[in-house]
Amino acid sequence: MFADWPLLSLVIWTPIVGGVLVLLAGDRAPDGARRLALVVSLLTFLLSVPLWTEFDASTWRMQFEEFVPWVTTYNINYHLGVDGLSMPLILLTTFVTVLVVIAGWEVIQYRVAQYMAAFLIMEGIMVGVFAALDAMLFYIFFEAMLIPMYLVIGVWGGPRRVYASIKFFLYTFLGSVFMLVSLIWMYGQSGSFEILDLHKLPLGMTAQVLIFLSFLAAFAVKVPMWPVHTWLPDAHVEAPTGGSVILAAIMLKIGGYGFLRFSLPVTPDASAELTWLIVLMSLVAVVYIGFVALVQSDMKKLIAYSSIAHMGFVTLAFFIPFYILRNTGDTAGSTLAVQGGMVQMISHGFVSAALFLCVGVLYDRLHSREISTYGGVVNVMPVFAAFFVLFAMANTGLPGTSGFVGEFMVILASIKANFWIAFLAATTLIIGAAYTLWLVKRVVFGEVRSEKVAALDDLNGREFLILGLLALMVLAIGLWPAPLIHVMEVSIDHLIEHAMVSKL
Amino acid sequence: MSMQTVFLLIPLASLAGAVLAGLFGRWLGRAGAHTVTILGVAVSFVLSLLVAKAMFLDGMAPWNGPVYTWLVTEGIRFEVGFLIDNLTTLMMVVVTFVSLMVHIYTIGYMHDDPGYIRFFSYISLFTFSMLMLVMSNNFMQLFFGWEAVGLVSYLLIGFYYKRESAIYANMKAFLVNRVGDFGFVLGIGLVLAYAGSLDYAEVFAAAPSFADRSIEILPGEPWSVMTAIGILLFIGVMGKSAQVPLHVWLPDSMEGPTPISALIHAATMVTAGIFMVARMSPLYEYSETALAFIMVIGAITAFFMGLIGIVQNDIKRVIAYSTLSQLGYMTTALGASAYSVAIFHLMTHAFFKALLFLAAGSVIIAMHHEQDMRRMGGLKKYMPITYWTALVGSLALIGFPGFSGFFSKDSIIEAVHASTLPVSGFAWLMVLLGVFVTALYTFRMFFLVFHGEERMDEHTRSHLHESPWVVTLPLVLLAIPSVFAGLLIDPIVVGDFFRGVISVAPEHEAVRELAEEWHGVGAFVEHGLMGPAFWLAMAGLFTAWFVYMRRPALADACARRCNLVYRILVNKYGFDDFNQAVFANGAVMLGRFLWRAGDVFLIDRLLVNGAAAVTGWLAQVTRHLQTGYLYHYGFAMILGLIGLLGWYVIV
Repeated sequence: MFADWPLLSLVIWTPIVGGVLVLLAGDRAPDGARRLALVVSLLTFLLSVPLWTEFDASTWRMQFEEFVPWVTTYNINYHLGVDGLSMPLILLTTFVTVLVVIAGWEVIQYRVAQYMAAFLIMEGIMVGVFAALDAMLFYIFFEAMLIPMYLVIGVWGGPRRVYASIKFFLYTFLGSVFMLVSLIWMYGQSGSFEILDLHKLPLGMTAQVLIFLSFLAAFAVKVPMWPVHTWLPDAHVEAPTGGSVILAAIMLKIGGYGFLRFSLPVTPDASAELTWLIVLMSLVAVVYIGFVALVQSDMKKLIAYSSIAHMGFVTLAFFIPFYILRNTGDTAGSTLAVQGGMVQMISHGFVSAALFLCVGVLYDRLHSREISTYGGVVNVMPVFAAFFVLFAMANTGLPGTSGFVGEFMVILASIKANFWIAFLAATTLIIGAAYTLWLVKRVVFGEVRSEKVAALDDLNGREFLILGLLALMVLAIGLWPAPLIHVMEVSIDHLIEHAMVSKL
Repeated sequence: MSMQTVFLLIPLASLAGAVLAGLFGRWLGRAGAHTVTILGVAVSFVLSLLVAKAMFLDGMAPWNGPVYTWLVTEGIRFEVGFLIDNLTTLMMVVVTFVSLMVHIYTIGYMHDDPGYIRFFSYISLFTFSMLMLVMSNNFMQLFFGWEAVGLVSYLLIGFYYKRESAIYANMKAFLVNRVGDFGFVLGIGLVLAYAGSLDYAEVFAAAPSFADRSIEILPGEPWSVMTAIGILLFIGVMGKSAQVPLHVWLPDSMEGPTPISALIHAATMVTAGIFMVARMSPLYEYSETALAFIMVIGAITAFFMGLIGIVQNDIKRVIAYSTLSQLGYMTTALGASAYSVAIFHLMTHAFFKALLFLAAGSVIIAMHHEQDMRRMGGLKKYMPITYWTALVGSLALIGFPGFSGFFSKDSIIEAVHASTLPVSGFAWLMVLLGVFVTALYTFRMFFLVFHGEERMDEHTRSHLHESPWVVTLPLVLLAIPSVFAGLLIDPIVVGDFFRGVISVAPEHEAVRELAEEWHGVGAFVEHGLMGPAFWLAMAGLFTAWFVYMRRPALADACARRCNLVYRILVNKYGFDDFNQAVFANGAVMLGRFLWRAGDVFLIDRLLVNGAAAVTGWLAQVTRHLQTGYLYHYGFAMILGLIGLLGWYVIV
């Protein structure tokens, strides 16, 4: 029945239009704004479900395509479509947004309508990023995304929100300007902004390296990769819970997605040539950032650093295939690596969202993010503690949770490339467990630390619902990742086949 | 009911109990929670017995098949599946039996604990995880079970979560195990890279094809792939089965309630590593280097950890160090390619060590949670059942002829003696001296607790009484196999019980010699009575009696006289202090340095804010150019014009 529906447009524009309506309805009736936002986000989620159920996993070709000429002078088109790489990320976006709307229900009392509207509009834009098949359209969504997030941090953020939001904006904006230059240059070469045309565009090595570096500037900041990561802890610390959730669960993934959609297929030779750089940056992220996470005293900062370390696995996974090809002469293990990176992205979407929501639960009660404020939370909030330990374990990559799947696949694949890469990547088993469990020990376990902690209430129904849904997802992917792997497999195979052929 | 259904039901019955008690415990109540979990484990146990009957008596063929496909990629299938053969079945019976005993015992031991329901849920979850581990037919599921038992162990060591020492111990246990798992996962990675599969059967079939290949882990130093795989996997074993130097978590794990010390930290989980190496015998047989490494580590653990047991005063810690030492024995046997002997000792040890721990728990209940042996003594007359069962356990532990431990330990010593590895001489010496040490610490504990002067306070003394039947019944039920399980030496070690399961290369046939000299149980006992091991054990027993019963002052005098040795032992060779100073504090210091010097100073202050400052400074400077005076601009234009014209003229 969905065959002739413009599903992607619906998933993009429903929340944007809905967001504008919420904005227009205003704050006179905050409850109305909340309910309308919930209805819109649920509707968007429902509209995105057929993308999964009607998806044809046997082809790498774009599906649910929509094509409308837009700026004909420059051959810019409103061209949408998804494959196995983007479709799961769109579902992640629509799912997490519903949770964010529910999470902000009582907590946000200041400018409710604008808060909800910002998240709905952001949702539409992020789906647009994943669905865009026109590079210009991609770029516009990519940049537009910054505005609502900038506002979310700047308006509903903590005390240093101005510094954090400006840092966030400038960092990410600076990165993407270079990408724009590259896109325009390639338009000059090919006369097209079609991403799939850019994939086929023959490019010399110098051009590829320059383009690769410009993409790297855009995506490395987004991921974020070491050493351009320092905006993330600040942004997370100052952002309201919902902002942190969207930031960690979805926005970071756009960087990873960018590498797969642009860097690898557009500049395969430069990617192969500069793989050492990406692998180096990724391993530094895993090891260096892991140690940095260990010494944080602010819960949100700790989880932010943990996110950087986990995203290091993603970028590592995406570039490992070039090493595998170089060292073994064939591509066996490459699909495993890239799939591992993709699963890691999806899993991190759930786990980091859950951890930030857990911190939010505590912050809403005591208005402190300092680890030292807490201690012995399990005595008064046993249900919360159970969830927190579960998500912490997922964060350490415990088998049976989603966190394990990606890490396991990436380590298995990288050992084919080089034993020492796998060795350094696998240190996350120890370092990741160290910072996560130490956090758990200091926050959850122990004697009740203070009277304030003693007075804490356990989860309410709303919080239980959100964390419960995330727990189900984390366990489902951990126990049976096959369906997720299945929808991505052909697209990833095709991507690797393409990226392993020289354009020179 | 088909056999596949039975296999599936065995772990799922325990899981169902755990889930019901864990999620709905509030509504089930205490009795409801212990009923569903005990029922679940009982079903697992009975069905395991059913499988055992089919396998051992009716000669059912081994079963190897998938349950469901976890994921498929590049044609590699990652599956959840079962391999049911004699080794698996033996483990299933041991695990579910000890677990059932511990479940029943817990009713009595945890009677007054507010975490009663939670505890039952955890131990059932543990049983499920352990069953998944031993029933697995592939490395992925093995790793799942491996980490899952680690998780439950973490939760149970930290069961008394208000206690700082408990939540320190559980984190330490998890992290040390993660160090092992780090090696383990790399080992699995190499297996996949070379065998192209994670399925046991496929890997074993492919093993000959990559046995001769080498890998350059360090440039210019080629290693046999099998050695690399063997040692990496064994690093995992060193974590889980607490071998030196990754043993440090096990003594601290005694922070957990006693029933789980018996179940997890003595009888089952810590033996997972032993089971794993036996399971991987088709791989290990290709690498003498790996086997020698295993043997040395095992022998060191067996002797030196036993020594620490002599100076401990906490009753549970004595047994914990004893467990370390016994695990060392099993590991040494593995190194000698005597896999069947290791598994045999694993089984007898599971019975008598669980018995000893539970007996210690019974004593601890009677003593109102006092664990210091210096405040016990003379408990024999108050707790007859505990006394006699503890005596059975102790005799089995020291390998007294006729008891189960005698058969398994003597087999180990014989096998190590017969081994041809270059390090086997050293290992043999260690395990032999270990026998004296074992008898000494075991009977030191036994005499201090049950005999001699009653050193407890009056209040405690007046309340001393035997534990309730839910506690003593498991003791008696465990005492029976602690005596008689040794008779199974006939099929398990000298028979062909493990044919087709464990493979031993012809040049490593240490066990073969044992089998060739086999003339029945009676002759074996008789032979044992002549051997050095028996006399060493008797010497240890006698020393314990003499020092702690006849001349109680002698122990203190010894400690004073050999102060250095005593201090080294009390400090546990300094492993804990070293780890704390170097690894724990070192990691925090490194993290702090990287954060302050890297993130805060270099990146944020110099580069990010520096860039902003430079931009601001540039703006300041360029602002001076825009003065607003017309003659400044006019002058600049003239200068520019001259410059351009000059350039034009010159060029």
